[in-house]
Amino acid sequence: MTITFRRETFRDDYNFSNSAVGIRRFPFPFDRDHYMYAVNIEPHVKGHPGTIYESLIDVDEHYVAEMQDRALVLAEDPLRSQSLPHMELAGWDLLELLMEQLAAGYPAHFELRRSGKRWRWVNRPLGIDDTFVFGAASTLPYGPMEYITRQAQGDFCILDQRDGNLWMDAGMVTTQADWSLDFDLGMNFMEWHAPVPRAHEMGVFDRALKFMLNLGQGQPMRRFNWTMTVNPRLDTSPETYPKWGPDRRSVTADNVGDKVHLRVELQSFWRLPRSNAIVFPIRCYLIKLEELVTVPKWARRMHRVLRDLPPDLVDYKGLTRWRPIAVDYLAAFDDGAATSPGIWPD
Amino acid sequence: MPETSIKSRPVYGTLAPQPGTRHILLADGDGAAAIVDLARAAPPEFFERAHIITAPAAGAMAVRAPLRALAPAVLDETDRLAAALSRLAEVLAGAGMGTRLYVAGTEGTIGQAMQVALDAGVELGAIATEHRGSRARRVQCAHCKTFIDEVTTQPVACSGCGLMLFVRDHYSRRLAAFQGVCVDAEEPGSAPTPEEVFT
Ligand code: HEM
Repeated sequence: MTITFRRETFRDDYNFSNSAVGIRRFPFPFDRDHYMYAVNIEPHVKGHPGTIYESLIDVDEHYVAEMQDRALVLAEDPLRSQSLPHMELAGWDLLELLMEQLAAGYPAHFELRRSGKRWRWVNRPLGIDDTFVFGAASTLPYGPMEYITRQAQGDFCILDQRDGNLWMDAGMVTTQADWSLDFDLGMNFMEWHAPVPRAHEMGVFDRALKFMLNLGQGQPMRRFNWTMTVNPRLDTSPETYPKWGPDRRSVTADNVGDKVHLRVELQSFWRLPRSNAIVFPIRCYLIKLEELVTVPKWARRMHRVLRDLPPDLVDYKGLTRWRPIAVDYLAAFDDGAATSPGIWPD
Repeated sequence: MPETSIKSRPVYGTLAPQPGTRHILLADGDGAAAIVDLARAAPPEFFERAHIITAPAAGAMAVRAPLRALAPAVLDETDRLAAALSRLAEVLAGAGMGTRLYVAGTEGTIGQAMQVALDAGVELGAIATEHRGSRARRVQCAHCKTFIDEVTTQPVACSGCGLMLFVRDHYSRRLAAFQGVCVDAEEPGSAPTPEEVFT
């Protein structure tokens, strides 16, 4: 499969958009007309061609632009990529996983050749052709985690497993929904989830952690999370909040369809073979409301979910200021008809 | 948006003597009394194996005298928290198995002593803490990463970049700090007047 990569930006002039094909393959996250936290975990298995599940590590038309945006973020703030000293082996595990997945899923774009520990990695979209020794960090321009995650869409957290908990001891985080790797580094599962409302009391995190601790190798799992973002900005970090915070006041009835984006995170969990760590890729997909409403089922459902979202979730997700404008906009696309179960377009 | 106590927020206990071959106790001026209270329950030989490090206000004679009266094997009286923390790092570097650490004082003192101890490889479970004195917080600015000590107000002006910060309950042991996030980012200039809340 050959992908045509779009030239686009996630900052300044914000000329990001999805192609017609991109809209059809968008991972709409709601399988019903309302939303509440749940332990929504399922096996991460391949799905139909033309969906984001065609490959287990998805590459799409935004790949090159996203990697350029990541490089800009890292140039301004190197602390977005951090790995505590004991996590280097897990970094190699991740490098292997991503190279294998990318080369298998997109042979026209990526190629991995191995002879013993000597590996050659070709990444055509980014113009990379490197030969290195697997396990020898000095043969790469960055540490193994940073090297490969500068070439893979989505954020990555690597969790060390010990004392019956998971510890966020490494990560590459530049496309986050308002949380800081630098602040959360070294925290355990309950601590980094501390700011989330309701879910602790609901027992969601106790059950989710148990599940994660028992994750088996070769049996990746996945779940969706979502929020909404004004402007197609990947880097909505606490660090840069003064830059993007004012955008929340810029939404009007005229520009809401173009400005407000549904932001969906496909999160997957993979046990890593050598380190026994878990890697948690958080792949962020953006879609403008005006793109989303071209699928009638999604328009109806998005309206109902956003209209009925509990106030504490509205606040936590940062939607408070402009939600009424978005609900009004979506209402025009909701004729009250029933929606079919599941996430796929009718 | 006020956050009620959340799971990254540290919880403190009450110092009590633990079984161990060596006891390292660190207290600031407010925390010194917690060591004196611990002493009431301690077996006679406890302070023969004890190393007490005191910081700032503990310089006051009223605080020093009761600690001296405990006759610990070593008593390090420093005049600044930074000095006490580097002393702690030295002592921990030479400490063996069975060492217990006790820390008492303000949240800032406890947090920074824990940071030193965790960096030195002490297990979380081998550190006992007791909060005494002010509830002033050590805050890290999410934007310019400056650490601000002894924060008593909500919000607080960052001493690095000048932004007005909302002090969250979200706490990092690694950084020994609460997170401060610009309170009026969405509407610059709309920050509320700071109020004394961490006292
Ligand atoms: C182990 C890998 C995971 C990592 C690294 C991770 C990380 C995070 C982070 C950093 C946040 C933002 C917290 C904040 O506000 O500062 C978050 C939110 C959240 N996480 Fe996780 N998480 C993981 C697994 C899970 C699992 C398995 C669940 C299953 C229920 C889950 C449920 C949630 C929920 C419900 C939120 C709130 C999201 C929202 O309302 O927008 N997480 N997670």
